[in-house]
Amino acid sequence: MEEVKTNIEFPRELLDEVQRVVGMFPEGKQKSALLRVLHIAQAHWGHLSPDIMDYVARLLHIQPIEVYEVATFYSMYDTAQVGKVKLEVCRTGPCMIEGAEKIIAYIESKLGIKEGETTSDGIFTLKAVECLGACGYAPMLQAGEKFHEHLTEEKVDELIEQYRQNPVANYMGLQK
Amino acid sequence: MSEDAKIKVTIDGKTIEVAPGTTILNAARQIGGEVVPPAMCYYSSLEGSGGKCRTCLVEVSKGSEKDPRPMPKLMVSCSTMVMDGMEVKNTTSERVLEARKGVVEFLLINHPLDCPVCDQAGECHLQDLAFEHGLSKTRYEFKRREFEKVDIGEYIKLHMTRCILCYRCVYTANQLTDSREHGVLKRGDAAEIGTFIEKNLKNDFIGNVIDVCPVGALTDKTFRFRSRVWYTKPVDAHCECTKCSGNAVLWMIGDEISRVTARKDAYGEVKEFICNECRFDKKDKSQWTIEGPRKISRHSVISANHYSKEIPKHTTLLNKA
Amino acid sequence: MTRKLLLEHDHIEGIRTYDVYRKNGGYRSVEKALKSMSPDDIVEEVKKSGLRGRGGAGFPTGMKWSFLAKPDGVPRHLLCNADESEPGTFKDRYLMEKIPHLLIEGMIVSSFALGANQSYIYIRGEYMYVLQILEKAIQEAYANGWLGKNILGSGYDLDLAVAPGAGAYICGEETALIESLEGKRGNPRMKPPFPAVKGLWQRPTVVNNVETIAAVVPIVNDGGDEYAKIGIGRSTGTKLISASGNINKPGVYEIELGVSVEEFIYSDTYCGGIKNGKKLKACVPGGSSVPILPHYLVCKTAAGEDRLMTYESLADGGFESGSMLGSGGFIVYDEDQCIVRNTWNFARFYHHESCGQCSPCREGTGWMKKVLYNIESGKGKSEDIDLLWDIQRKIEGNTICPLGDAAAWPVAAAIRHFREEFEWHVKEPVLSQTENYGLVSEKSFVTETV
Ligand SMILES: Cc1cc2nc3c(=O)[nH]c(=O)nc-3n(C[C@H](O)[C@H](O)[C@H](O)COP(=O)(O)O)c2cc1C
Ligand code: SF4
Ligand code: SF4
Ligand code: FES
Ligand code: FES
Repeated sequence: MEEVKTNIEFPRELLDEVQRVVGMFPEGKQKSALLRVLHIAQAHWGHLSPDIMDYVARLLHIQPIEVYEVATFYSMYDTAQVGKVKLEVCRTGPCMIEGAEKIIAYIESKLGIKEGETTSDGIFTLKAVECLGACGYAPMLQAGEKFHEHLTEEKVDELIEQYRQNPVANYMGLQK
Repeated sequence: MSEDAKIKVTIDGKTIEVAPGTTILNAARQIGGEVVPPAMCYYSSLEGSGGKCRTCLVEVSKGSEKDPRPMPKLMVSCSTMVMDGMEVKNTTSERVLEARKGVVEFLLINHPLDCPVCDQAGECHLQDLAFEHGLSKTRYEFKRREFEKVDIGEYIKLHMTRCILCYRCVYTANQLTDSREHGVLKRGDAAEIGTFIEKNLKNDFIGNVIDVCPVGALTDKTFRFRSRVWYTKPVDAHCECTKCSGNAVLWMIGDEISRVTARKDAYGEVKEFICNECRFDKKDKSQWTIEGPRKISRHSVISANHYSKEIPKHTTLLNKA
Repeated sequence: MTRKLLLEHDHIEGIRTYDVYRKNGGYRSVEKALKSMSPDDIVEEVKKSGLRGRGGAGFPTGMKWSFLAKPDGVPRHLLCNADESEPGTFKDRYLMEKIPHLLIEGMIVSSFALGANQSYIYIRGEYMYVLQILEKAIQEAYANGWLGKNILGSGYDLDLAVAPGAGAYICGEETALIESLEGKRGNPRMKPPFPAVKGLWQRPTVVNNVETIAAVVPIVNDGGDEYAKIGIGRSTGTKLISASGNINKPGVYEIELGVSVEEFIYSDTYCGGIKNGKKLKACVPGGSSVPILPHYLVCKTAAGEDRLMTYESLADGGFESGSMLGSGGFIVYDEDQCIVRNTWNFARFYHHESCGQCSPCREGTGWMKKVLYNIESGKGKSEDIDLLWDIQRKIEGNTICPLGDAAAWPVAAAIRHFREEFEWHVKEPVLSQTENYGLVSEKSFVTETV
């Protein structure tokens, strides 16, 4: 994934989508679309570089700092490059007591990276995250927008194999 | 109730009548003296400020004449409106003093303990607050948060390590400039003031963030002879200016201007903001008309003066002001 | 067999689609409301039902609705809180994913009752696939005339949209949610003014949880009195409980309020008992923020009465020996779990989620996390336990929003009930790394000691 430096612009269909999202809010309240538009931008470009954020600011007629403040507040946004598939393993209480830490350790050893790192081929980023609302189906991880629940080492093997073959994690119906 | 009907509030046993809509803090300031809670984030002229630092917590022991029940939680005096017949305890409440000690401790755990060498020493409200309310010994045994000093433009230096996230500088930029370029990034105890990408803050009035900052996290890069800060003498002065009132304080070392600031009141608040040109560019005495020595000491409400045990209460600066 | 009002049809094939939902009685409440009831009639039925907010605080919904300011010419808004991020809670996701039209139906009736013409569902960003399910359902509702202009010829207009968060538990707090929906950082606002007076875009606003809004559907269909027949005392109706931890059958259950905790944990209708035949060690009955109960206070109160799944019974004994129903995130711990580790884990969560606006929460949550980590990993000192107690005490009640309290309570309760386990960790720094402490001994609750 190369850094997009110049001529940052959404393709037509995404501009339409931005238009639709802005249209959900009253006249003059287009800033309300910001979180959704950042999701779209991240799904499209992989992460939110300053240039991309400045572009979003222009689209929504707000100051760039308003975008930076938001992009750095919410944990789902990446302002630096990450792997094509982010494996986000829940580590919070209910998942922990059902073995989340073992799953994280297993993925670490399998991919040869530590939590928070990206594999050298740029495919996987492993992240430990807080409760994803699947506590009854622990341990679990999210990849793209998909929830993978009741994880076992075998299931993790399958998942990693599948994503290695086809490193696409869908997000908002968009591929990245 | 007619427009000018006053309502009665009692703070630490002292009663005053104030206009409806007055906050407890401002009612206390009208009384003056010991009853005034310290305020690290509230700033009268900055819309939206207050509520964050929690140093101004007080106990409302009687809600109002109509509903005399005490409020269950401590309230922030800077953002709580007085009600008719309200009774408030500040220094007369053990609960308040205990909670305030806690707040000061929280503000200090990630703050460097280098007051003696800090160039804000003597002008730092946090130092004053810690002197009065802090513990003698830190109970925090972990590494403190640290940042490199950064230049945010040609005029202003940011030393984030000292910042207490009062948001005053953000509100200042919102209010005085047409496009804010710095803000609060990240969240929780990782939150920081910054521009995200390198920016040169140079809006006409952005220099005022230096004056509103309670701890000297934002400082004046044009400050000359900083090393001799102890010898500076403040004088009130004014100049002809088309952008601002031109009313300022010159910090003199002999005949030289080391820096220019706006004038602060007894609570450390600027009432008339000054423009960048007055602050950063007019460093020649001939550009100013000197009125005389600064009337209000740079030690303001949270100063060692005010709280110092040796000084009798009735002679504190606040009662005079 | 308990009555189900929300999940009655969750097993029906295709219930997610409009046609199947409609065939099973869907949107009846909208017909009834728009054709034969005034907005005030609906508020009245909700008051009669005794429905209390299902998001955590349990505030009576009818009363909340009647507080909404109605200045002339100012639009009002209803916001659905689908941020669901309280550890242990996953019921809203289940409801929205399985029966999205139920939430939409509830939004229409509730918006009508409040006189709102533009309503939003704010959903946590991680539930993006659920957002898509909801958007599809909303499209179907528009296409079938349940949303848009002049619904059912009643003259009432309503637009409904879904907006995502992006990873921030704090955006479940209603004023942070509003800030977030305005495209800002999720910093909670100072109150007053309350959202009922100045909320979204400074307009009067009501924020309600997904389940609260869904419950309005059966209340309008069958009447508030009928709803209030279920339950005990001020705990009326049914409640979705998310059950997790070391139990045989984790999942989402719709219970009639008033079921005993013992039945909920041990009967096969619900959790099916502790996994692997182990003993119960502790339970957090209402999401990570509520006080943890030691084994002997889970099924019985300190007074020796049966503990019931109601707001009142779970809170019986106050913070000394009780807890809270909260969001209904019911987490069960078996004898092999370490309470110190769990407390550290929760402290890490709150530290991670603090917005950082106010000093006690910003600084105190991180401090508690670090001290807990030291104790957990065998580096703790005995003074650390008192230090922790003191830190949580100085956070609680002194912050802008209740996240400070939510961070303090789990630590306080763990020390209150499991102090001997904390002390054992300090005394046995090596052993505690490999062994578990097991069950704590029973205490009598007369006075608060620490
Ligand atoms: C830190 C924090 C997080 C919260 N998270 C949620 C949440 O995820 N979902 C929710 O419905 N309510 C949440 N609440 C409660 C809401 O502030 C609010 O009380 C609720 O949405 C009101 O709806 P109800 O009356 O229908 O329960 C949270 C509160 C706090 C303080
Ligand atoms: S830099 Fe100064 S004014 Fe700005 S938030 Fe920090 S302490 Fe407050
Ligand atoms: S209590 Fe915590 S989350 Fe709430 S406003 Fe304060 S810092 Fe933010
Ligand atoms: S604790 Fe892991 S999904 Fe809730
Ligand atoms: S001055 Fe009131 S909270 Fe900071």
